[in-house]
Amino acid sequence: MTGKTMYLPAILLAGSTALAAENIATLRPDVDLNDQGAPPVMLQIVNDDVKRKRDYPMQPPTIPHKIENYQVDLRTNKCLSCHSRKRTEESQAPMVSVTHYMDRDGNFLAAVSPRRYFCQQCHVAQVDVRPLVNNQFKDVDEILKNNKTVEQ
Amino acid sequence: MKDRVKLYWDTIKKPSAHYSLGFLSFGGFLMGIIFWGGFNTALEFTNQEVFCTGCHEMRENVYQELQTTIHFSNRSGVRAKCSDCHVPHGWTDKIARKMQASKEVFGKIFGTISTREKFEAKRRELAEREWIRLKANDSLECRNCHDFEFMDFTRQSKRASDQHSTALASGEKTCIDCHKGIAHELPDMTGVEGWD
Repeated sequence: MTGKTMYLPAILLAGSTALAAENIATLRPDVDLNDQGAPPVMLQIVNDDVKRKRDYPMQPPTIPHKIENYQVDLRTNKCLSCHSRKRTEESQAPMVSVTHYMDRDGNFLAAVSPRRYFCQQCHVAQVDVRPLVNNQFKDVDEILKNNKTVEQ
Repeated sequence: MKDRVKLYWDTIKKPSAHYSLGFLSFGGFLMGIIFWGGFNTALEFTNQEVFCTGCHEMRENVYQELQTTIHFSNRSGVRAKCSDCHVPHGWTDKIARKMQASKEVFGKIFGTISTREKFEAKRRELAEREWIRLKANDSLECRNCHDFEFMDFTRQSKRASDQHSTALASGEKTCIDCHKGIAHELPDMTGVEGWD
């Protein structure tokens, strides 16, 4: 093998990565690796306490209030101080759904099941902004309606 | 021993032989200023954050937790230091609190919370002590800054104004009843009223 052909794959590889780097959108904005980019502006969490529509029946409802510094850890769960079964009478907050009190075999427990304990794994607060990526989600009713019109 | 006490007492009881009344009264007045001033300066020194965080127990546990909260860093730059919440501002209450705090010196010497594990084990007990204190004085240290008289409910979220205009306004509840763990992390809250 001559010296030239040995280097060829390396040159090709270097060329293709350079090309790819220009076309790939990354979470890191167009800032040099050693530079610190300007962070985006902090946004206000919607805090109006108004329930939002769910896009599908199993959707975890979004949180309509601020949850800054809510402690949810091994010691305690701030969310449950309003949303647990025992606390809803005083707080008038919606109770966490009954599925949260079930273990994975469907048995009901006295308290929220450990697998459903960390609220923010599914429930998130919202900010009022234009989505970065256009959302093409279609409601199931919309799909059913469209299917009907196609059939006719 | 008895003789010595008697000797001192006799000396104090005797009128001054060398110093004038003016010298003694003005001297006493001057020394009073110096000692009283010194006492208050020393007292104020123990109210400073550098004093509190001088011990690793405070610096590495509660002080770290405070730094993530709104009472440390916020949009307007007004912040609370340790003594703002943990030491009453009025003189009599302050002295009473400082006397209680001598127990903390004891704790420091014997290493009651000298490790993270020991601190975590005592977290509930320490927190409860502060809740009881704030409950008893109607959250006085909160109210030093957050004056109910000047609270604008229209500037609050609906949930906040509902609570403040009813339970807080009627005196049925005080700040600490709902606002626990706002400046430090909460302990295990099992069995605490208002928590699950």
